[in-house]
Amino acid sequence: MAKALYIDYQKCTGCRLCELVCAVKHDGISNPTRSRIKVMKWEQEGLYVPMSCQQCQDAPCLNVCPVKAISRDEDLGRIVIDYDTCIGCRACVVVCPFGAMSFNVIDKRVFKCDLCDGDPQCVRFCQEKAVDYISSDEISIWKKQEAAERLSKAGKEATALMAGL
Amino acid sequence: MALKRRIAYIDLTTGDIEIKSIPIEIRKKFLGGRGLDAYLLYNHTKKGCDPVGPDNTLMVSGGILTATCASATARTHVMAKSPLTGLLGSSNMGGFFAPEMAWAGFHHLVIKGKANHPVYLFIHNGEIEIRDARNIWGLSVTNSQWAIREELKDQELKSLVCGPAGENLVAFANVMTGIKNSGGRTGMGCVMGSKNLKAIAVRGTMDIKIAHPIEALEFNKRFIDQITSAKVNQTQGKIGTPFIWGATNSWGGIRCRNFQYNQCEYADDIEPERIDEICEETMGPYHMTGCFGCQVHCRSQYKIPEGPYAGRYDEGPEYTSQGAFGGETDTPRALTVLVGNHLVDQYGMDNLETGSIISWAMELYEKGILTKKETDGLDLSFGNDDAVIEMIHRICNRKGWLGDTLAKGGIQASKIIGKDSFKYLIQVKGMSNLHSDERATPALALNIATASRGSDHLRSRPAIDLYHLPEEVLRKIYSSPIHYNGPLSSEHTEYIGKPWQVFWHENCYMAVDCLGICKYHTTFLGATLPNFEDWSKVLYYNTGLEMTPEEIWQVARRCNMIERLFLLREGLKRDDPEKGDCLNPRYHTEPTRRGAPDVVGRVIEKDKFIKMIDEFYEHKGLDKDGLPKPETLKELGIENEPTHLL
Repeated sequence: MAKALYIDYQKCTGCRLCELVCAVKHDGISNPTRSRIKVMKWEQEGLYVPMSCQQCQDAPCLNVCPVKAISRDEDLGRIVIDYDTCIGCRACVVVCPFGAMSFNVIDKRVFKCDLCDGDPQCVRFCQEKAVDYISSDEISIWKKQEAAERLSKAGKEATALMAGL
Repeated sequence: MALKRRIAYIDLTTGDIEIKSIPIEIRKKFLGGRGLDAYLLYNHTKKGCDPVGPDNTLMVSGGILTATCASATARTHVMAKSPLTGLLGSSNMGGFFAPEMAWAGFHHLVIKGKANHPVYLFIHNGEIEIRDARNIWGLSVTNSQWAIREELKDQELKSLVCGPAGENLVAFANVMTGIKNSGGRTGMGCVMGSKNLKAIAVRGTMDIKIAHPIEALEFNKRFIDQITSAKVNQTQGKIGTPFIWGATNSWGGIRCRNFQYNQCEYADDIEPERIDEICEETMGPYHMTGCFGCQVHCRSQYKIPEGPYAGRYDEGPEYTSQGAFGGETDTPRALTVLVGNHLVDQYGMDNLETGSIISWAMELYEKGILTKKETDGLDLSFGNDDAVIEMIHRICNRKGWLGDTLAKGGIQASKIIGKDSFKYLIQVKGMSNLHSDERATPALALNIATASRGSDHLRSRPAIDLYHLPEEVLRKIYSSPIHYNGPLSSEHTEYIGKPWQVFWHENCYMAVDCLGICKYHTTFLGATLPNFEDWSKVLYYNTGLEMTPEEIWQVARRCNMIERLFLLREGLKRDDPEKGDCLNPRYHTEPTRRGAPDVVGRVIEKDKFIKMIDEFYEHKGLDKDGLPKPETLKELGIENEPTHLL
């Protein structure tokens, strides 16, 4: 099964190293506006949420593209853009529900996460694993385990409370 | 390219703005950041200028590697003549400001003059605009940043601001960015306030081309692995700088009751584990945050758990706040530390200086030099938590006789208070010492006595001296990039070999400040972290500039010497108790009373200390009076300064 990006925003420290390495890897340039991943920040609350392409199964960008420049790569489980066909109309930017399709005003073309052909640099550099690259079926198991831990902790606390400890 | 980032000269009196590129010859001599700032300060201020007058020049800069693909290049440097000390004003801070300024096209700003009403600068993709700040004046540090974002309708803006303390010309007011990234110690916020400059807002989307991107990326990865494999950085990444407190206090290296004790006795409530517990309770299991591009993430996040400030969000408290509002004032309650930290962050005031000066006033109160008459009825006894919090408000707002007096800084205040007050002031060159006690560590004592901006741990402290590393390890560290075959000692109570260590660290820290890298990424708290060899590579991969480790060492020496020239021009004399390279006599006469067996009962022995200074001067290329020898200036290529090349 193809792997997918798994973002656990609670682990994000807001450093934006993912944005830097994404831009350098793809364009050889430091400039966060060139990054495929972007950390949205609410500094006054200490909340940071990295946002990237979800590689949707029923992808609005793919559906809306008038020249069929966007297709699905089943091997890597990603949505890819064929720049030879793309006319730069930005319809995909408009319909993406996550804002994950961007338009680069310097190079005048749309761009999105391509999972670095299977070795995403954002994942490689994030030691907190706020961004991880794991098998699609493992994601839910991971979340189940975390939720179960919370429940069991709450259960133990409740038992302790009732026992008057 | 990083080397194409420019320099802007802004005159707030006339509104004139001039933009220039930075010649490559200047880059090779001073790199950027603090080093180039020092050159600009020496060239753009006149001897004896008034620190809060329009003639003082404020430099704001990023390092030469800022916003490149090098690790942790978040540092912003701010420099001017200091209103606190009358000497070198210099602050280095993390956050996200300098990278954003680099993407907006600038590495250095030189700000002169004084606006006739409050203004802020808006710097956006190569353009600079002076805007009205009358609506923002008076707002707290964070509120002024959010107000600018609202006004310019851009949530990605990064601002450098002065808080109410800077507006009120408190001599140790900070420049701040984000929640708590502070350019502290020497009153750079006061300089901003004196110029009616409330803020500098930046926003940039310009490309910085990396010279060798693949190599830069791979080297960055190696760098990060090396940095985060160090145990000290792993611990910092979990509980932040408070981790230092536990060891230092139990060992006996924390000033308590101003300078009377060297250990805070009942400090369980501010131990790192307790602080971490509060952070976790209020912010959840993942409560660390970091500066741009840094994987150490050394800042905790917390909300104040109870009391009148309950629910307020802040970051920290750092090790320094534990000392300032817990140790020195002997108020070891977590709540006082958390609230104190939050108030100075919102006022934009230096936590170390504030804590130090309050604890000094407390000792004067204890000795009867200050009475309830001067404190307007406040009981300034050691251990009085409420009095500490009240004094923070009074100093920032210059309320009451004592609040207004202390806001002028230690030396000025001691002249107003009179009597024996100066005797009790723990300062060097007019800047208070942080909350550490150096009586058992001659190397650290030499560091604070000779640091360029005053009593400071971030200019030349050989912190690894406390680790008792084997001599062969020390030799490996301290013999690169310049060969050293003099003595070295693993013993922290020794005096031999220490001057070289301090000299080496002085150059090491200057180099990172020029490059724009954080000190946690070099030989500061960890002995195995990158230095000159690695910087030579990282500089080449990112900017294409070819410099050997030895050349970077020479740059650091040159920049340190320019700072020295500035200090001498403004009146530094070796043995001057107010402006010299010397310690408060209490270091030599009052033995430590608490701590581990190798700490208790120690003083800094005066004769050996003087020999250390002599040797340190020798390494630096200064004569016995601390003046540069002509051949040193020639060797460093600065015999004709000021040269006004930029």
